[in-house]
Amino acid sequence: MNFFSKLYYKLRKIWKAIRLYLIIAGPGIVVMVADNDAGGITTYAATGAKYGYHLIWFLLLLVPVAYYVQEMTVRLGAVTKRGHAEAIFDGFGAFWGWFSLLDLMLVDWLTLVTEFIGMTAALSIFGVAPWLTVTGVVLLMAIIVLNGRYWTWEKIALLFCALNLIYIPGAFMIHPSLANIVKDGLIPNFTGGFNAQLFFFLMANIGTTIAPWMLFFQQSAVVDKGMQEKDIPWGKFDTLLGSALTIVVAIFIVIVVGTTLHGVDIDSAGQAAEHLMRTDRYIGTFMAIGLFDAGLLGAICISLASSWAFGEIFGWAHSLNQNIKQAPWFYASYFFTLITAGLVVLIPGAPLVLITLFVQVVAVTLLPAALVFLILLLNDRHTMGDYCNGVWQNLIGGFIVVVIVLLSSLYGISVMFPNLFR
Amino acid sequence: MRASLRRLLRKIGEINQRYREPRIRMSPGVKAALMFLRVYLLFLVCLMAYKFVLLLS
Repeated sequence: MNFFSKLYYKLRKIWKAIRLYLIIAGPGIVVMVADNDAGGITTYAATGAKYGYHLIWFLLLLVPVAYYVQEMTVRLGAVTKRGHAEAIFDGFGAFWGWFSLLDLMLVDWLTLVTEFIGMTAALSIFGVAPWLTVTGVVLLMAIIVLNGRYWTWEKIALLFCALNLIYIPGAFMIHPSLANIVKDGLIPNFTGGFNAQLFFFLMANIGTTIAPWMLFFQQSAVVDKGMQEKDIPWGKFDTLLGSALTIVVAIFIVIVVGTTLHGVDIDSAGQAAEHLMRTDRYIGTFMAIGLFDAGLLGAICISLASSWAFGEIFGWAHSLNQNIKQAPWFYASYFFTLITAGLVVLIPGAPLVLITLFVQVVAVTLLPAALVFLILLLNDRHTMGDYCNGVWQNLIGGFIVVVIVLLSSLYGISVMFPNLFR
Repeated sequence: MRASLRRLLRKIGEINQRYREPRIRMSPGVKAALMFLRVYLLFLVCLMAYKFVLLLS
């Protein structure tokens, strides 16, 4: 009897913890899974096609990288109740504030264009015209945000996050060799030697793991959700789960493409889906659906990151808990970014490849600044109190930031000067 | 239109006024980090300008 009562109370405690987590869950998972956006899927597909399973071990190393950077935004948002843009304005003055805000707006808009490129490419495989995709996406995103509740928006976003897992059954359907995955993928190795091309791929994978909009988005989402200091442990767990999930999805994309298209030159995820469609219709369909979902999820988060940032600085009402009448400028900036980015894709002969490359270059101008500000703000004991970075957090966070800044800068430079590392 | 533009400029002026002084204490470490960012951005701008010139020529 004593055993059963103890078991009952233990299970009740666990159930209570799960329920509490389900309330807090959201920003960490959404931002991390949305990180596997159209550009991310393209990078992982190209990695799988070029190196097969050989870089899976490297992707696993990116779990702590993503976690340590993003968990800092959880603490900063929960303690200061301010988004990242406002925190930069307040902490470092108007010059750095305007620089971050305008750069964020540009990076977000360009990234949004790439999400539309991915979504239209994905649906064109099923014969859907680009104008129909753009119109449908804008309408869908209007329905998602105009309900006037952060909670509803978040749960819909989580639903799209679940759809991102479509690559997992896709990988099981092609029956990859588990022995080969373990042998080639989990033991660190540099297939073909450490050359310039491999370095380029490593940089691209790191570059897609941490994007500037993610810092701004998660901190603003934490604030809009109303997270408190006491929720920080759950917020951290949410971020850890999201980091693991995003890398798991990336690994399964590498497995799908590495098994079926190893050795094929892949320039985009849409192209990978088309190739897969020819070899296996179901896998190709899964790849295309996954690409569309990735673009949609990216678009949902990126357009909000800009609108939140503008609302914070200009003092507009800027919460998803407010309807369009209460926060007109917030929704106006949201739809303006969304519609203009969608229209660019529809312009005949628009330089879409140039835009895709330009995103990487512009992102490099914002990411180091946003990361350095993050570390400095987390060391401000006056504001952060007990949630200030400790010595180990600074060492780990500082090391990660230095590596990201260095590699993402080299990646951006290699995009501008393609022959530099080849 | 002109009134909206004037309102926007006034708002930007207010924001500049509100955030005129950085709140973070400017310790040597913070100053060094901000200086690094300035140099880094200048370097990137020069690279972009160089690339632009290359594209034009």
